Amino acid sequence: MLTQEEVSRYSRHLIMPEVGVAGQEKLKAAKVLLIGTGGLGAPVAMYLAAAGVGTIGLVDFDVVDVSNLQRQVIHGTKDIGKKKIDSAEETMRDINPLITIIKHEVALTSANALEILKDYDIIADGTDNFPTRFLINDACVMLGKPNVYASIFRFEGQATIFAAEGGPCYRCLYPEPPPPGLVPSCAEGGVLGILPGVVGLLQATEVVKLILGAGEPLIGRLMLYDALAMKFRELKLRKNPECICATGDVKLIDYEQFCGIPNQPEPPPMSAEISPKDVKALIDAKENFILIDVREPHEFQIGRIPTSTLIPLGELPKKVAELDPNANYVLHCKMGGRSAKGCDVLRQAGFKNVRNMTGGILAWSDQVDPTVPKY
Amino acid sequence: MAKILIPTPLRQYAEKNNSVDVSGATVGEALASLTTQFPDLRKNLFNDEGKLRSFVNVYVNDEDIRYLQKDATAIADGDIISIVPSIAGGLC
Repeated sequence: MLTQEEVSRYSRHLIMPEVGVAGQEKLKAAKVLLIGTGGLGAPVAMYLAAAGVGTIGLVDFDVVDVSNLQRQVIHGTKDIGKKKIDSAEETMRDINPLITIIKHEVALTSANALEILKDYDIIADGTDNFPTRFLINDACVMLGKPNVYASIFRFEGQATIFAAEGGPCYRCLYPEPPPPGLVPSCAEGGVLGILPGVVGLLQATEVVKLILGAGEPLIGRLMLYDALAMKFRELKLRKNPECICATGDVKLIDYEQFCGIPNQPEPPPMSAEISPKDVKALIDAKENFILIDVREPHEFQIGRIPTSTLIPLGELPKKVAELDPNANYVLHCKMGGRSAKGCDVLRQAGFKNVRNMTGGILAWSDQVDPTVPKY
Repeated sequence: MAKILIPTPLRQYAEKNNSVDVSGATVGEALASLTTQFPDLRKNLFNDEGKLRSFVNVYVNDEDIRYLQKDATAIADGDIISIVPSIAGGLC
């Protein structure tokens, strides 16, 4: 039963036959779990709260960073440093105090996933990494719960519903994850701030349709969205008869290992790394070494170390022949990940004196020169 | 001629093209035509045995080639071939 307050609040739903009182009561009774309250989770959480989804669970363990605010509109400037889950809850309560919000301040793991997911009707995956995406898929397959899925990169998004009754799962689309490093993350590749708004609302739309049982759900169809071309394309998504969702041979595993991420990464030898302060000391002492910035040209424009030479990581293999293998090198990028790969490229080419600047230009800004902007 | 649509993450290996015209009578020949034009794409699309990587799907128009004749799927003039790699981003 809807209260008088609810009738007033949801009147634009109630007067349309596709929702009506019966539909609004379904929304009120629904329990939806949002995994991630970042770019995708932000619009999903805000609109589902507004629409009157009765119980919304949130899973997140991150804190709000200033660089999130370009797209994660559920968080504001006042929330920097606050737990995302608390900041999200506050915004949702302001939008709609009539709903129940359940906070799960944890990282989703094989040990806790089934316990957390089991109480919800629908799961919305708004995470940012392959291990968690495979974990959510497998848990949804085991529990028989639909997984409303979306992912984004730069200005392109994908959305579909996995693990709905009779429909395909994530593994039907992609049986295996890419090896680490081959697919760039958003932190490395960037993302157009508006993109998760559009793609997240595709997710929210599908959640609402599943609850109402209205329209044609995005099951067995993969929606691709290209913001620059402003094109939607739809591809067929089939249930793979050999997939674990069809054979029933599904159990939760070590997803970090499955995705090729070693549990304890082997630390590089100490001599392979150098701190920003020590790099500064080398520059000040006019030591003979070459500082290579392996970031992309547009990142170089944001800020750089004056003595550095730009060779983007992708071009490094081609430029190796032009470099002196006997010289001393220090490589850096934004945070140290790409330059570590760059060091490997040079070492494999026989270069002996190659060091990675720890923490990249962000650490340089923190430790040496705060006038270099962080991004 | 068929057209191959290059997804955002792979454009850096295809001189930033978002689509490439290719020759060939099958998907396999079209992909070979593509990687001949842009050799850097090869390791991102194929594994060491020359098989399409399992996190990359190829569609002819709206159909997954795994449910057609895979590499041997025939293509006609005007067909659109899509390369759809897995992307993980969301929260970020």
